[in-house]
Amino acid sequence: MAAAEPAQRMSKSAAGGPQALMSVRGLGIRFKTSHGIWQATRKIDFDIAPGERVGIVGESGCGKTITGLSILRLLPNNLAGLDGSIHFDGTDLASCSTREMRAIRGRRIAMIFQEPMSALDPVFTVGHQIAETLRVHTGIPREEARERTLDMLRRVGIASPVRRIDDYPHQLSGGMRQRVMIAASLICGPQLLIADEPTTALDVTVQAQILELLRDLSETSNTALMLITHDLGVVAETCTRMITMYAGEVIEDAAVDDALVRPLHPYTSGLLRSLPHLSPRHGKLPSIPGRVPSIMDMPNGCRFRARCPHAVAGCEKEQALLDAGDGRKVRCSRFRELDLAGALQHAATAPIAAMVASP
Amino acid sequence: MMPQAAETSRDAIVSVRDLQVGFQTTDGRAVVKAVDGVSFDVRRGETFGIIGESGSGKTTIGRALVFLLKPSDGAILHNGVDPLAMPRRQFQSHRRDYQIIFQDPNAALNPRMTILSSVLEPLELARAGSKAERLKRAHEAMDRVGLALDLGERYPHQLSGGQKQRVVIARALTLRPKLIVCDEVVAALDMSIRGDVLNLFAELQRDLGLTYVFITHDLAVVSHISERIAVMYLGRFVELGPTEKVSERPLHPYTKALLSAEPRPLPSTMRGDHRIVLQGEIPSPIDPPSGCRFRTRCQYAQGVCAEKTPDWRELMPDHWVACHFADRPNYSPT
Repeated sequence: MAAAEPAQRMSKSAAGGPQALMSVRGLGIRFKTSHGIWQATRKIDFDIAPGERVGIVGESGCGKTITGLSILRLLPNNLAGLDGSIHFDGTDLASCSTREMRAIRGRRIAMIFQEPMSALDPVFTVGHQIAETLRVHTGIPREEARERTLDMLRRVGIASPVRRIDDYPHQLSGGMRQRVMIAASLICGPQLLIADEPTTALDVTVQAQILELLRDLSETSNTALMLITHDLGVVAETCTRMITMYAGEVIEDAAVDDALVRPLHPYTSGLLRSLPHLSPRHGKLPSIPGRVPSIMDMPNGCRFRARCPHAVAGCEKEQALLDAGDGRKVRCSRFRELDLAGALQHAATAPIAAMVASP
Repeated sequence: MMPQAAETSRDAIVSVRDLQVGFQTTDGRAVVKAVDGVSFDVRRGETFGIIGESGSGKTTIGRALVFLLKPSDGAILHNGVDPLAMPRRQFQSHRRDYQIIFQDPNAALNPRMTILSSVLEPLELARAGSKAERLKRAHEAMDRVGLALDLGERYPHQLSGGQKQRVVIARALTLRPKLIVCDEVVAALDMSIRGDVLNLFAELQRDLGLTYVFITHDLAVVSHISERIAVMYLGRFVELGPTEKVSERPLHPYTKALLSAEPRPLPSTMRGDHRIVLQGEIPSPIDPPSGCRFRTRCQYAQGVCAEKTPDWRELMPDHWVACHFADRPNYSPT
């Protein structure tokens, strides 16, 4: 694929060195359905460096969740095909054996989900569930596993872990359950944690606690974080890099601050402009007209062009993920000529931004 | 009861006085006071925002406002009149003026009914006009919210989330209500659609003179659309005032923490670093803390906060707060 070449060179500088922990190239997922084969994602390219915190953002149906699941090969039975490669620390996860995958899953790459209640087993104590991960992967004795579980519960900020370790999930609040999930996912010291909307089900004050925890743990243990979310605020507060997806493709990849201040893709700009945080109070919110194209009827070329105010003749041609310099990539052939609005254009008049100025 | 919200009620479309709503726990041994002594007025033509975390009682207030729930104590007046004192017939027709829209349009629409029949249903139940007139009004409502009329023959599953929410809004409009309670109406919608629906609410208000009670956990949404905001915690209001004041010069420590916890989509240089991370989570409403209910998570809490319930007072014009130390710098007791 012609596009993969420059992209690969680029992303190495984006990752801060040639040593990416994970390199995803040309990843695509197809499903069998009663209506034929559906291409859910295609040509996904990105790198994650050791200890790096990357946000994957996009609206529902853009393929962000399925991309996270495909890294762990947790895919539904109607999978028709997985294209491309996922090089993780020397192993291609897209082609390795199930046995190899099982040794990596949970130990070197862990995952947490939106709803901790459905990820925890209601009939086992939380201590049992955390220690189980450790015992399966390392085979250490029960007593030692319990000690390390207590230590981990302490690290994720559970008050009085000695009392909580024998609690059942229903005895804990939503925030504590998510802390338990984080403890279980980090107990084996993974190199990468994939977190899919980990705070969406939580209240905003609890969300702030959990995001701070994820940021701190990632920093102190040098665990890379792949944070999948629809919330640009969550990415801004937690991650250093932001990958934007639209209709199954990566459309922009940049440092968070760059993407927020000067987005290069019209879709990223449109999303930022539509946020009520950044618009003058009571004013009309800019919106993106139309809707995401159906997976059954994807247009050729740029998939955003029917909704794009900057679309011109030529946008119907295949769009590559282009090198935009400074470690940035964008899937828009017009990015050099466009000067798109970012978060700052509105910030001067915006309510939330005004708050920042006051002590 | 202290004279809560003794503000001018001259143009109050809804007046709530010392409202309490309680629920029996499933074992029948305790009563959860989801709303425990709340008083406020909603002024005609305004958007009144209620913000709070889960379990704060904001949804319960919304349902009580349209009498989907009965108050256990206190009163809710519509235009100065208590609807519960009305004869049944009159109460039923009165209710048409006070509508409610919920978060999930999938749950609000019958999957086996076409869009048009869903929009027509309230008119049919109300036996409003002739068949032709009802159809005309349903079409007007659909047109009003930007739905193409040919969507009327479709079923809910054939529409997008944003379109379905528009159907629900159209249905609420058919009976030409005066007030609509909007309970998390954009929470289930994608970012790019959210703006459209919020714009629609603003436009309808301008054109039809509607009053909204906008209930949400989303600060950005509530401060964008509301004239006044009430902040709710564990069954009570802790602060109420004009949006600009509440979101920029909050008086209550909880409001401050809530505002600072909101993740902001701004570059690191602009975000500042003044987050107040609250410890713990909202306590159980079955056994709320004594005195000030926020004291268990408040960094400024003093002895008096456990002993005495803070008065609900108008500290600045039109800006109410329930905190013993809201008028002291840094909430110091001396």
